[in-house]
Amino acid sequence: MSGNDGRMLDRRMAIRLSAAAALVAGLFRTGTAWSETPAPDAPFATEIAPGVYAHKGHVALYNPGNEGDISNASFVVGRDSVAVIDTGGSARVGAHLHQAIRSVTQLPIRYVINTHMHPDHVFGNAAFEADQPAFVAHHKMARGLSARAERYIAVNKEAIGEEAFAGTKIVLPTLPVQETMKLDLGDREIVLEPQKTAHTDNDLIVRDSRTGTAFLGDLLFSEHVPTLDGSIVGWAAVLDTLSATPAQRVVPGHGPPSMAWPDAAKPIRHYIQILTDEIRVLLKDDRTLTDAVAVVGRSEKDAWQLFDDYHARNVSAAFAELEWE
Amino acid sequence: MIHVERRSVKVVAALAMAFAVAAGGWISANAADADEDIWPALQKDLFGDRAVVEDPAAVVLEAPYRAEDAALVPLVVRIPAAVASSVKKLSLVIDKNPAPLVADFTFGPAAGKGERTLETRVRVDMYSNVRAIVETEDGTLHMATKFVKAAGGCSAPALKDTDAALADAGKMQIKLLADGGGQREAQLKIRHPQYSGLQLNQATGYYIPAKFLRVIDVQRGGDRVFRMEGGISLSENPNIRFTYAGGSDETLKVVAEDTDGRTFTGTAAPKGS
Ligand SMILES: [Zn+2]
Repeated sequence: MSGNDGRMLDRRMAIRLSAAAALVAGLFRTGTAWSETPAPDAPFATEIAPGVYAHKGHVALYNPGNEGDISNASFVVGRDSVAVIDTGGSARVGAHLHQAIRSVTQLPIRYVINTHMHPDHVFGNAAFEADQPAFVAHHKMARGLSARAERYIAVNKEAIGEEAFAGTKIVLPTLPVQETMKLDLGDREIVLEPQKTAHTDNDLIVRDSRTGTAFLGDLLFSEHVPTLDGSIVGWAAVLDTLSATPAQRVVPGHGPPSMAWPDAAKPIRHYIQILTDEIRVLLKDDRTLTDAVAVVGRSEKDAWQLFDDYHARNVSAAFAELEWE
Repeated sequence: MIHVERRSVKVVAALAMAFAVAAGGWISANAADADEDIWPALQKDLFGDRAVVEDPAAVVLEAPYRAEDAALVPLVVRIPAAVASSVKKLSLVIDKNPAPLVADFTFGPAAGKGERTLETRVRVDMYSNVRAIVETEDGTLHMATKFVKAAGGCSAPALKDTDAALADAGKMQIKLLADGGGQREAQLKIRHPQYSGLQLNQATGYYIPAKFLRVIDVQRGGDRVFRMEGGISLSENPNIRFTYAGGSDETLKVVAEDTDGRTFTGTAAPKGS
């Protein structure tokens, strides 16, 4: 974890606190299903800045062993209420997040914010319905998720199994964000910044003004190879603009729960540029999609996890976009 | 839901069935019968009692075994010169797709007599055999088959940016690629969202209506290269590379029509002509 300013809980302290909480809230992941969990007594979420907690999801595909816990999820505690940023990839993961919140505070959960439409970031929403929060997202998120919902459910239910998937359903946004807006958690301002098409066509950046923490969702990948479901040209532009905007720390959608900014952007920005440059060269020579998938970006292979699962698809998507330049 | 294949009651029934399955849980319902060989029934629907014979001397199909993006699976069809001049029609079929007939390409005189290639991108909805079937002038049917592993190409929207896709619909680019003495080669790209009609809008509970290119007609100097009649299995922003014969008038003209009855046209001529 980098970019820490010394206010993070001492690890032993964190373990003791969360151990106590877990006895009450059943916070810990136990049993064989959690075999990939790094340490059996690690807290679900780490306090990366005062009142800001982030959970690191597994860098993995949906599988029965991780129950859909494959993306980062966070929450911010204000004087009067709590905001959740992304909810994990199943109702069960959402419930773990809910318990983690309740181990820290009993304040009402007023806002559940989704950084974009992907199932690993929104499927935990169901675990928060009883709190009756506003479900907040980019104004184009509902359309994107709606069109894909049926397939997201079918594919991911099959990947993690009926039991782990139980209770998971689509919970669409109730508060669409058209332009920059602010939420107040009580003496704590949360700023929401909808972006132009980049990772998807509905990326939303969330900032905690008090600590200068930016939650970038999948605009920032670390460890996990980026996945392109929007515009590669748009993504480069958004990252360039963002890199010029200071932040005390950022939370990526996948990777460590807290990273230093703008250094964290360098590997993904490089990946995007390599793909863009190499595809443009092929297009100039009238080469085909098949050619591109075979050769583009292979130099990045060892820099990322899950490369073989997503890279070729990224090249395919980028090619289909760039051929219209 | 638009039925692309209207000649057959059975195919229409299969489509209706697929539609019903889509409403109830598309992937899992179909995965159950993934091993079932539906080709004999499909063959009967598409070609009646006529024999369809695997014939590598007449047609070769290239397809990736594992499709990286189910919504964008590249296919290449090659018809050797010895056969090309007698080929009337090419049909692309994906057995397990909700509308198995991707498209019929009916060739005209400007398709030429040399080796004929046609390359495009399709949606593959699940693990499926993909077939290229050519009909020669004597009425015989020759087939090449490839198995492709993919999932969800039809029900998953490929659209990365919905607004951009709709705003640019109909924009066309025609590029002349090669004229190395023999067959010419060109690439046709048309912006179109190619809505499959299989995507459920969760908010409204209705399926997003199908909207796709029904016809693409390509002529060189007033002679037909091919006329494509197609459906929802052709990928978003259709992209077709094809060979054709040169002539006194080298102008390529393309007319496309979508299911809303909108017509799009484009032309291209070699530089300096
Ligand atoms: Zn994502």
